[in-house]
Amino acid sequence: MIKETYPVKADDMTCAGDVSARIKRHMKRLGIPSSIMRRVSVCTYEAEINLVIHSDGGQIDFEISEDRILVRARDVGPGIPDIDKAMTEGWSTASNEVRNMGFGAGMGLPNMKRNADEFAISSVVGEGTDISMIFHI
Amino acid sequence: MQETYYHSVRLDKDKCKGCTTCLKRCPTEAIRIRNNKATILPERCIDCGECIKVCESHAKVAVTDPLDSIRRFKYPIALPAPTLYAQFQGVHQPEPIIASLFRLGFVDVFEVARGAEIVSYAISRAMREEDRPKPVISSACPAIVRLIQVNFPALLDNVIDFVSPMEAAAKIAKEEYAQKHGVDIADVGAFFITPCAAKMTAVRSPAGLTKSYVDGVIAIKDVYTQMRVFLKEGFTPLEIDRASVVGIKWAVPGGEAEAVGIKSALCVDGIENVMNVLEAIENARFRNLTYFEGLACVNGCLGGPLTVENSFVAKNRLRSVMNRTTLKTVQRREVFEDAVHTLRLTQEIEPSDAMQLVGTMKQRIEREERIERLTQGLPGYDCGSCGAPTCRALAEDIESGFANELNCVFRLNDRINSLAAEMVTLGASTRFNTLQDTERLREMQEKLRCDDDGEGDE
Repeated sequence: MIKETYPVKADDMTCAGDVSARIKRHMKRLGIPSSIMRRVSVCTYEAEINLVIHSDGGQIDFEISEDRILVRARDVGPGIPDIDKAMTEGWSTASNEVRNMGFGAGMGLPNMKRNADEFAISSVVGEGTDISMIFHI
Repeated sequence: MQETYYHSVRLDKDKCKGCTTCLKRCPTEAIRIRNNKATILPERCIDCGECIKVCESHAKVAVTDPLDSIRRFKYPIALPAPTLYAQFQGVHQPEPIIASLFRLGFVDVFEVARGAEIVSYAISRAMREEDRPKPVISSACPAIVRLIQVNFPALLDNVIDFVSPMEAAAKIAKEEYAQKHGVDIADVGAFFITPCAAKMTAVRSPAGLTKSYVDGVIAIKDVYTQMRVFLKEGFTPLEIDRASVVGIKWAVPGGEAEAVGIKSALCVDGIENVMNVLEAIENARFRNLTYFEGLACVNGCLGGPLTVENSFVAKNRLRSVMNRTTLKTVQRREVFEDAVHTLRLTQEIEPSDAMQLVGTMKQRIEREERIERLTQGLPGYDCGSCGAPTCRALAEDIESGFANELNCVFRLNDRINSLAAEMVTLGASTRFNTLQDTERLREMQEKLRCDDDGEGDE
């Protein structure tokens, strides 16, 4: 089983996307079918960007075994007060600065739920958020 | 699928110094240095010619056909790439250049730009009438098609299934000549005058066709000096059907998308840039993009490895040529209409063998784990001294049995240091020592241990 953990720094737009790129490279080398690769890439990228623009920093855990891929994004940060609202398309708490860069459209969490085979999210206000996604191979 | 795949890019061993220049610049990590000479891994090489451009020893070459190979055919026809029109200082029109081609021994000249006009029309029809996965990816640059086969096989479905302008020109040129002069088409040869090494490969091992329509590929640099002499001598005007500017602009980045008439198109030149964008396209980062034109060489075909003129100067000159070129086509409507059906690729473009992954998923995961561990054990400098372009590539080679950890200069250095320390201890333990000897011995061992960067040996 391949098991890796990558730290993600808050507010670091230079490195944003590096982690999902590395995960993509792993999948490519293993010959994961492209339709699955695309869904994992979309979800990992969204999770990574969320960590950068919304949290105070966190990590992405990544596991590949024969039958499934697991991506888990955990952060320290403000947390999500109303998860149902956050899961609605178009709802965003991104700052103006971030929106001017083209991010913060409010599609990240709904995209992740739609693309993953299994999706779980939990959050504590004032502490942080934990998202797990599973993709069946 | 394994027929031998032809490669036009070769190494002249005698000239190779065994330096790391081409090793580091190869976009698909297809080069290794072994026994002080470069060697090309055929399943990864895309014949882009980057190594040809960067090798200061001129050890990397492209094999192309010599000019006198045209004598194989009774009726050889020249197919000049529009790049040719930008190669000669002081010459800003195609006419004298076309006239010089006749003087080289060709019986006729059919501009590849005419092929490009026709392919432009066919592509724009197909884009309007057919439902295709977006973005549609141009098949004009053979190095990029090959790159997609090796590194981005998931995008093969997006590649447009029309032949390149070179193939279109060859097919139509031979048919029209045979018909017009009442000769056997088998006696008519089509010869592409090329800026590009990958085009040679594309003719010998075509992607998507069983056989190329082109019979030979002659490098621009190989006809340059002779043509220059002819150009100085002046020319008699010819009666010849000329290409319109629509076809000629394909030689410039962005020209193809313009010619096809697509609004939401992206043109990227330079192989590293194309790779980055293809990666992004694969990650669905360009959802609204309709057409992607990827060119391996900076400045497009004008920047090919077999050109003579500086590609930026050539770009200016070609704009001057285009300003003097008609907008109207001379070709008949039927030729355009037919093309939508007859200029298609006849086969699927297959992923390269380099992507064929062996074994079950479990075996692949275990292999990946071993390679990761090996990579972690290497310094991570990607210096190329071991003969592999990156530490990760060396790890892959070690795993496949082609290399050894001690090929790494830094690991070898560590090993020598620990062996040296062992030998000192061994030497000391076989001698009768005075108290002073023992002190000196301890000092030496301490020093060796510190030099070892704190990595103790067992």
